[in-house]
Amino acid sequence: MNARLIVILIALAAVICSTLGVVYARHESRRAAVQLGLLEDQRDEIIAEWSRLQLEQAWLADASHVESKAREHLGMEIPEQALILVVEKP
Amino acid sequence: MSQERTYMAPVSRLYGFLLIFLLCSIALVARAVNLQIVDTEFLQDQGEARYLREVVVPTRRGNILDRNGEPLAVSTPVDSVWVNPKVLLQSPGDIEPLANVLGVDADEIERRLTQRSTREFVWLRRRLHPDVAAQIESLKLHGVFLQKEYRRFYPAGEVTSHVIGFTNIDDIGQEGLELAYNDWLQGKPGLKRIIRDRRGRTIEHVEMVKESVPGHDLSLTIDRRLQYLAYRELKRTVLKHGARSGSVVLLDVKSGEVLAMVNQPSYNPNHSDMDSEGLRNRAITDVFEPGSVMKPFAVASALETGRWTPTTPIDTTPGTINVSGHTISDHRNYGPIDVTRLITKSSNVAATKIALDLEPEHMWNTYDRFGFGDVTGTGFPGESAGVLRNHRRWRRVEQATLAYGYGISVTVLQLAEAFAALADEGRLRRPSLVMGATNPPASVLDPTIARQVAAMLETVTGPEGTGKNARVENYRVSGKTGTSRKASASGYASRYIASFAGFVPSSDPELVGVVMINDPSGGQYYGGLVAAPLFSTVMTGALRLLDIPPDNYEGMIVKAAGVSPGGGQ
Repeated sequence: MNARLIVILIALAAVICSTLGVVYARHESRRAAVQLGLLEDQRDEIIAEWSRLQLEQAWLADASHVESKAREHLGMEIPEQALILVVEKP
Repeated sequence: MSQERTYMAPVSRLYGFLLIFLLCSIALVARAVNLQIVDTEFLQDQGEARYLREVVVPTRRGNILDRNGEPLAVSTPVDSVWVNPKVLLQSPGDIEPLANVLGVDADEIERRLTQRSTREFVWLRRRLHPDVAAQIESLKLHGVFLQKEYRRFYPAGEVTSHVIGFTNIDDIGQEGLELAYNDWLQGKPGLKRIIRDRRGRTIEHVEMVKESVPGHDLSLTIDRRLQYLAYRELKRTVLKHGARSGSVVLLDVKSGEVLAMVNQPSYNPNHSDMDSEGLRNRAITDVFEPGSVMKPFAVASALETGRWTPTTPIDTTPGTINVSGHTISDHRNYGPIDVTRLITKSSNVAATKIALDLEPEHMWNTYDRFGFGDVTGTGFPGESAGVLRNHRRWRRVEQATLAYGYGISVTVLQLAEAFAALADEGRLRRPSLVMGATNPPASVLDPTIARQVAAMLETVTGPEGTGKNARVENYRVSGKTGTSRKASASGYASRYIASFAGFVPSSDPELVGVVMINDPSGGQYYGGLVAAPLFSTVMTGALRLLDIPPDNYEGMIVKAAGVSPGGGQ
């Protein structure tokens, strides 16, 4: 009798524990899912930002853009023949 | 006694429990009847409120990069808006603000949705501007949803459009390398199972059914700087001479890699309004009769017989020759010349005399080895093989015209491939557009003969040559001019194709370039006047950008004594 009661109590305790476990796991999984969603959004945001930066960089580094900057703003030009020295490898 | 109690208790307990269960089931049945018959809306609402859905997880298409990793095609996420007409039509007042944000007529939207009122998914507008998407988001309308999609941007626009091509609204390649490498670039969209509420918000992420796989990046052999340069100069030349179209191709002699490939007319792949005339990558898809740029190959064929050497004399007097009733003439009477001068002066008469001395099969074989009449094997959509008729069907006059580039059709890329082989001692490499391709060289010409032909080509930019305008300061240049009349339905019209094919630096060729200008209408049409200057400007820039040391420097040369390798300044 006593032994059966103990078994039942243990079983009851186990049931309660596992119930709590399920609840906890469920909660944990939802939390993790939300976290995943946030991180995925963050990742997408970063990728989007990166591709925008790539596009911007491509535009800024565009050869004709650089050339016009060099010529007009910095007053650069291709040196005359007489000003070029060719250095040979020793 | 205790035995009696233990026997009796379960029976009374049993009835007790039976009663409780009975009451429970009566309650359940009553509720079920209530829900099914009396309060039917409740269940329907609840059912619709939570539903399990499988949604596609969009994936990114791989980027296309140039040989230095500069982006040429980039996918970036944008929002598209879709509606559920069933829901939205229930609150028609919501259509007005939505239409205002999109800048369209509200009645128009309503009509479209009414036509599709039985559907649950209708695209309203794809690829929104980020600001518009944010405005729609802030309206928080029922039945209106934003879906993330990727839009393709081409930062170099019309400069690279022919090589790269473009994708359609569903991100599938339609032209160019976007089409050829679609499977490689395209990712595999994933699938996830979620529970959504009636407003379309995700309540719970149940499971990932299929992980999305992003597409692979594609690295091209194109150098964006050279591509820009070639495009700008080609456009300028085509405008200046009022030409119908034009192409420039630049190859790396030592690897067969295409460094630049541009055409006019072109189009901007970032806009959808495209004119079909500008879509073709003419350098690969269009063929033309090359004219005199073919002479080096006829000469190479002659040298192979051993009967001809660079100094074998040919008498071109009186400047014309009659072959089977056809008269072939030179620009003027060059008198007695030799094989080298044939190339320098571009003599049709001398080329004819050489061709008629050759076995048709041998001449055909030489042309065939250089890749004429064969696809270049880049895998580019719409690639043309050109036309080189079999020698068994050659007539005598045809054999003569083949020596100076008529009766044969080639693409600009084929010509570049063949000239690269002349430049690299007879080693032919299949041109490639994508990095990592292995194209082992095939020996198509004896190195000695290749060097002899290359030396003849250098005289073309010499003091007496036809290609003086192709000269590049501080470098030795080899090449050949070409001017061909365009064939039309009624024989050869007075319309021309000006071309120049050549390589630099002559002492150790690194770059080969082919320029083709179709139908210049500004009065000038000679290859030496229209195409050669373009070759010169493109090569001048390319040699500087690629740091190729000059081989014909007349200024001061100093020895760098005591400078450690790698140490700057």
